[in-house]
Amino acid sequence: MSEAGLIKHISHPHPVTGVTNSKLGVWCFLASEVMLFGGLFSAYILLRTGVTDWPRGHEILNVPLATLNTMVLITSSVTMVMAWASLQMKSLSKYRLYMTLTVLLGLAFLVVKAFEYGHKFEHHHFPSTDNFYATYFTLTGLHGLHVIGGIVVNLYFLLFGVKMWEKEPDQLAGRVEAAGLYWHFVDLVWIFLFPVLYLL
Amino acid sequence: MSGHSPEAIKKEVRTYVAVFVALAVLTVLTVGASYLKLSLGAAILLALFIASVKGTLVAAYFMHLRTEKKIVLALLVLAVIFFVVLLFYPSWHHL
Repeated sequence: MSEAGLIKHISHPHPVTGVTNSKLGVWCFLASEVMLFGGLFSAYILLRTGVTDWPRGHEILNVPLATLNTMVLITSSVTMVMAWASLQMKSLSKYRLYMTLTVLLGLAFLVVKAFEYGHKFEHHHFPSTDNFYATYFTLTGLHGLHVIGGIVVNLYFLLFGVKMWEKEPDQLAGRVEAAGLYWHFVDLVWIFLFPVLYLL
Repeated sequence: MSGHSPEAIKKEVRTYVAVFVALAVLTVLTVGASYLKLSLGAAILLALFIASVKGTLVAAYFMHLRTEKKIVLALLVLAVIFFVVLLFYPSWHHL
């Protein structure tokens, strides 16, 4: 295969930056994600401080379900990093186990979220209801889309990407680490969304 | 973080489990604190403090920022500066 079309420094660090190009790329992407969610958090602060009465989240949202979901997402972050560590320890079977758990936990998060949304819709609470629900659905909806995206990527690395293990184990580990950075970021966003929307 | 010895990784794994326990405990604490009937200001400060500790744990350990290269940290410092501006500048006259 010709070298010309290949992206360089994806298995081993670039001599100038000290990190792989793939890792630097994912971090640049995550920096832009910080701004995406930052804009919405900013809108939340602006809307909330602009009115005299704003509902306390725990009075109208389901805190026990959201607490459960927080635990689910935290656990999925651990299984994700364990999937990466398993590759470092050269255990493909453990990688498969932890990656499967990560995908399942991501799906569990979405199922719980779907119950929450369903409950809100039953009571005729929609994004158009008021500023609180507009903010709630926008922030949790965008976060949910990120969870779906993460599940798709993780499923790919579980079912197809894993074939790289025999020929390019370092590159696969790097890819899983990069996917992990994204997945942990999605967890991190939820760590802030949870108190902001549900507890305050 | 690639190319670590299996022994070093095993040590890392123990750290991950410890971080997981800390995150779970902090989640229970922040939910518990929300039942304390604190004033809104105090509740915001406490909840954001706990969330920041949790976020730092995730970033430092799961995202390996504790041992990450300078260029990644520099990139994030830049993002954080813009984030703070974006977060507070639009609502400055309300606060």
